[in-house]
Amino acid sequence: MEKFISHTGSALPLKRSNVDTDQIIPAVYLKRVTRSGFEDGLFAAWRSDPEFVLNKAEYSKASILVAGADFGTGSSREHAVWALQNYGFKVVISSRFADIFRGNSLKAGLLTVILGQSDVEDLWSAIEEEPSLQIKVDLDTRLVSYKNQAISFDLDDYTRWRLMEGLDDIGLTLRKIDEVENFEEKRAKYKPKTLPVLS
Amino acid sequence: MAKTLAEKVWDDHLVRSASGEPDLLYIDLHLIHEVTSPQAFDGLRLANRAVRRPDLTIATEDHNVPTLNIDKPIADPVSRLQVDTLRKNCQEFGIRLHSLGDVEQGIVHVVGPQLGLTQPGMTIVCGDSHTSTHGAFGALAFGIGTSEVEHVLATQTLPLSRPKTMAINVEGSLKPGVTSKDIILAIIAKIGTGGGQGYILEYRGSAIRALSMEARMTICNMSIEAGARAGLIAPDETTFAYLKDRPHAPKGEDWQRALAYWSGLKSDSDAKFDKEITLDADQLSPFVTWGTNPGQGIALDGVIPSPQDFTDPEEVSAAERALVYMDLKAGTPMKKIKIDTVFLGSCTNGRIEDLRAAAEIIKGKKVASDIRMMVVPGSARVRLQAEAEGLDKLFLEAGAEWRSAGCSMCLGMNPDQLAPGERSASTSNRNFEGRQGKGGRTHLVSPLVAAATAIRGTLSSPADL
Ligand code: SF4
Repeated sequence: MEKFISHTGSALPLKRSNVDTDQIIPAVYLKRVTRSGFEDGLFAAWRSDPEFVLNKAEYSKASILVAGADFGTGSSREHAVWALQNYGFKVVISSRFADIFRGNSLKAGLLTVILGQSDVEDLWSAIEEEPSLQIKVDLDTRLVSYKNQAISFDLDDYTRWRLMEGLDDIGLTLRKIDEVENFEEKRAKYKPKTLPVLS
Repeated sequence: MAKTLAEKVWDDHLVRSASGEPDLLYIDLHLIHEVTSPQAFDGLRLANRAVRRPDLTIATEDHNVPTLNIDKPIADPVSRLQVDTLRKNCQEFGIRLHSLGDVEQGIVHVVGPQLGLTQPGMTIVCGDSHTSTHGAFGALAFGIGTSEVEHVLATQTLPLSRPKTMAINVEGSLKPGVTSKDIILAIIAKIGTGGGQGYILEYRGSAIRALSMEARMTICNMSIEAGARAGLIAPDETTFAYLKDRPHAPKGEDWQRALAYWSGLKSDSDAKFDKEITLDADQLSPFVTWGTNPGQGIALDGVIPSPQDFTDPEEVSAAERALVYMDLKAGTPMKKIKIDTVFLGSCTNGRIEDLRAAAEIIKGKKVASDIRMMVVPGSARVRLQAEAEGLDKLFLEAGAEWRSAGCSMCLGMNPDQLAPGERSASTSNRNFEGRQGKGGRTHLVSPLVAAATAIRGTLSSPADL
């Protein structure tokens, strides 16, 4: 995974709450077996509307999505994270994320930043006033800054460290595999097995 | 220290717990399907990793498989590629797979319990948010993303931070015609789609204890719609009776051992929940959604609310948008809403009891002439069982379609979709914009309401017949 230390870019204001993963990428776009190419499905239903913010020229360079509350509810599809990444987003800011979406994003290296709703609304106004406004999201200091504003955000130390080092979770767990083995030895024998059919 | 049920199961699966890092939890059962797994297997191959415990992993084809002509190759080439990819991956990594046409094929959350693989006190994960269904057995079960699928395949564990716990007490008894679907829709309307966020929900109380296993699964299934990742119910005699003699249930002495452990799986009487809410089952009536998230629900006897009925500005604008999308006017009685398609199926309400309940109402009656009713059993076994009981005939004689098992119109990934502007009464779990097909409009209902609606053509309860 690529290291994430800091990102500076312009932003796109998505002024809707409860944007579920079916909106981020509808199910018909989920049939690919790779991790790339999902950008064409991003917000597919809304993109047919020329007035939809993603279609506006002034936001075409945006790499930070500033969304309404409860972003990413619904289906667990990680494709929603990939669609955002494939499209070019590095950061999503919202006042509240659905649990699974947030977990998925932080595992895949898309930084999700939680700010208060009033900070989100201030950001929306600032972006609408100046679409090319440069916003800096810094993991080292845990600050979102633009103009002369600097807003701090929370992220647990462990996740921050993992993102800044670009470490993948599986590698980290495999380092502790002896503990997994110890656990397996003590596991109750009556627990079900799926009996693999090897061919 | 007194513990809640969720905390007990959590603690019994701790591989490692250290401050400053998430807990590492052992996973007892990993369920897999075609949509969220290909990239995970790819990741394993790239890193030259094996599946650690193929014997704790099982796969089925459900999300995008057709529900007609299943003996023919899948017509849509992209869907076919995804299903073929699953088949190749399962073969390469030695994972048991139930393919289309196999008697154990079906929606992953219907298949696990049916085989007896879902048992109390287990940790169960799947790359699907409705994994919470399995919580009905007192298992800790939750949906995961594809990166996590890969993590579980490689290590049989998951790093997770411990959620908080919420008790949802449903006391009293349900009136006739009111089902567990109505309970959960009412809970979500009460706490909102974000209300369960960060919590594991435990459903308790006399109304919950009185429910069958299948009805309990319907409730736990929709925990995610309240924002919670998992929901569970303490196992009891109903649970044990359901499990006894299932293909993968423990046998002989193992059964006794398991039973001894399972019997202790309940929240201690002095355990503290981080939050507690209470619902009176006697007050409940059939519940339906009017909007575009599962929290936008109301009693079937009610009228469509006005955005001004809400105080939170977010909810006001969400209601305004929902009314436009749904093409509905505030003040209209729910029962006046005209439906085009009735969908009976999904991992929420596609089990045998659901089909029986709907068939009982449909029996000897006709589906309204301008209504299309699709009945899609949750699994091939459910379909066989229904046919053995003659339910298929009742549906067919009434003019409904009798399909093969799969997710079908629950998410419209296969050809089973609503046309733009079409309106459905659906026993599934999500009424998001376009969920059942681009421009489609969904009202979530119980199987009883689905059946009555099919006959009358407008949202109805059996009492209206
Ligand atoms: S039936 Fe619907 S909710 Fe259930 S697993 Fe399938 S798509 Fe998901």
